[in-house]
Amino acid sequence: MLIRIVKASAVRSSEITPKALYLDRRRFITGAGAIAGSLATGTRMAHAALAPPPGVNTRLSPITEGYRKLGDKDELSSYKAVTGYNNFYEFGTDKSDPAENAHTLTTKPWTVKVDGLCAKPGTLDLDDFLKSYPLEERIYRHRCVEGWSMVFPWVGFSLGDVVKRFEPLGSAKYVQFETLLRPSEMPGQRSSLILPWPYVEGLRLDEAMNPLATLAVGLYGEVLPNQNGAPIRLVLPWKYGFKSIKSIVRVTFTETQPKNTWQVYAPSEYGFYSNVNPTVDHPRWSQATERRIGEFLRRKTLMFNGYAEEVGQLYTGMDLVQNF
Amino acid sequence: MSASGAPPSASPRGGVKYGRLLKPAVFILCLLPLVWLAWRGFTDDLGANPIEAVIRFLGDWALRFLLIALAVTPVRIMTRRNEVARLRRMLGLFAFAYVVLHMLAYIGLDQVFDFHAIWRDVVKRIYITVGMSAFAMLTPLAVTSTDRMVRRLGGRNWRRLHRLAYLAGVAAVIHYILMVKAGYVQPGIYALILGLLLGVRVINAWRQNLSTTFASAIAAPK
Repeated sequence: MLIRIVKASAVRSSEITPKALYLDRRRFITGAGAIAGSLATGTRMAHAALAPPPGVNTRLSPITEGYRKLGDKDELSSYKAVTGYNNFYEFGTDKSDPAENAHTLTTKPWTVKVDGLCAKPGTLDLDDFLKSYPLEERIYRHRCVEGWSMVFPWVGFSLGDVVKRFEPLGSAKYVQFETLLRPSEMPGQRSSLILPWPYVEGLRLDEAMNPLATLAVGLYGEVLPNQNGAPIRLVLPWKYGFKSIKSIVRVTFTETQPKNTWQVYAPSEYGFYSNVNPTVDHPRWSQATERRIGEFLRRKTLMFNGYAEEVGQLYTGMDLVQNF
Repeated sequence: MSASGAPPSASPRGGVKYGRLLKPAVFILCLLPLVWLAWRGFTDDLGANPIEAVIRFLGDWALRFLLIALAVTPVRIMTRRNEVARLRRMLGLFAFAYVVLHMLAYIGLDQVFDFHAIWRDVVKRIYITVGMSAFAMLTPLAVTSTDRMVRRLGGRNWRRLHRLAYLAGVAAVIHYILMVKAGYVQPGIYALILGLLLGVRVINAWRQNLSTTFASAIAAPK
């Protein structure tokens, strides 16, 4: 349990949060059961109500309640923050660039190619494909490798259920993902100086099967905004944000460990695993603390971003300094 | 305000009036970024991570002013307009002021005066080490920027000391490059400008050297 002793002089979040947001959040947190639970365990279940849709994109329904265990101090980040401040280098390197530039992306029609070591490869039309997966709202913390964090109400389903459907062969040990390559709609891709395109990510197969691993198609009860990785993206809350690849067009089952883009770009700074780990610093900055967007004081970063209970067993016996 | 006790410049084109207005006008221009930052703060236009936005904004302008101050001499050499030299001290002090604000924002807003953590950062994070060293190099320059200090040190020593500004410029650009995660275009542009500004000096010194050798060669008896 995280015990946070707040100094009397410290700025309280209620003093710096806009009132509308603050009231919204109150609505979100309340529930005597949740509070009692939090006192007992240090975590709490977010209130039964789903995150309120802001009315920006098409509403998704039906959505059921999925994973929503949060820490005492965790509150949903505002819609403005989760959609206006993020990294998606395909649309520029500033954190306001995705929100400004991603409107050019065409997300329909969208196909995903599945290949590699699996019994059922093929090319899927996303709209057809989505019909077989009931949507859940999953509320996860998100920790960026740069040292900031937010709490997202994603809408999606388990990556594991999807992986099973393609029937990976016994020789498949990893799964690799690829982002759309379309420089005409993704201005960042017009410069190879930024990153080698297309963006690639990967997971060990057992990581992909972990129930926390999510394929998200929505946010705040609505269709995923382009800047957040529409139409379909990964969400891996125990890993640094860049592992959660956006706008996926290809899934490949492999025997050898995929080379993810950031690892290729700077192998000494970004590894394959990239699990959130406060004890292993980035070579240039500390990972011990993070700034929760909307808060003034930094908070301590938790091992596996607070999901050790759910994912810790994936890494038993592994040297996490070597396998950063 | 008078830098060298020189009479107000009476250039044939602008006249005395232009010479008198130049400094206050540039002074106000130098304050505009701060006004802009304050405006963005008041209108809630600093984005989701305002602390980072403030630090980056001040850092950007610290670097820009440093380069502007370092541009004074090359501009004077190339345009042969000596009046720009009168702006050099003010521009240098503004660069220092933005550096101090940038650093205070890091100390006060980002680290909330946790000097233990700051010291760890300075020792361990190379980009912070380099940034702090730029500040350390600029401090004696600001301290010795008064007329009295110039006289006390003597022109030769003063000029020698103030060459630290070049090194501070290099450190500032490296500080920026080391901080960036990917996409080195922006810091690359600053590096290029700094390279040009220092290059002009090198070429100028080399030419002067050449012409003095040449002159003495001619003057030398056969």
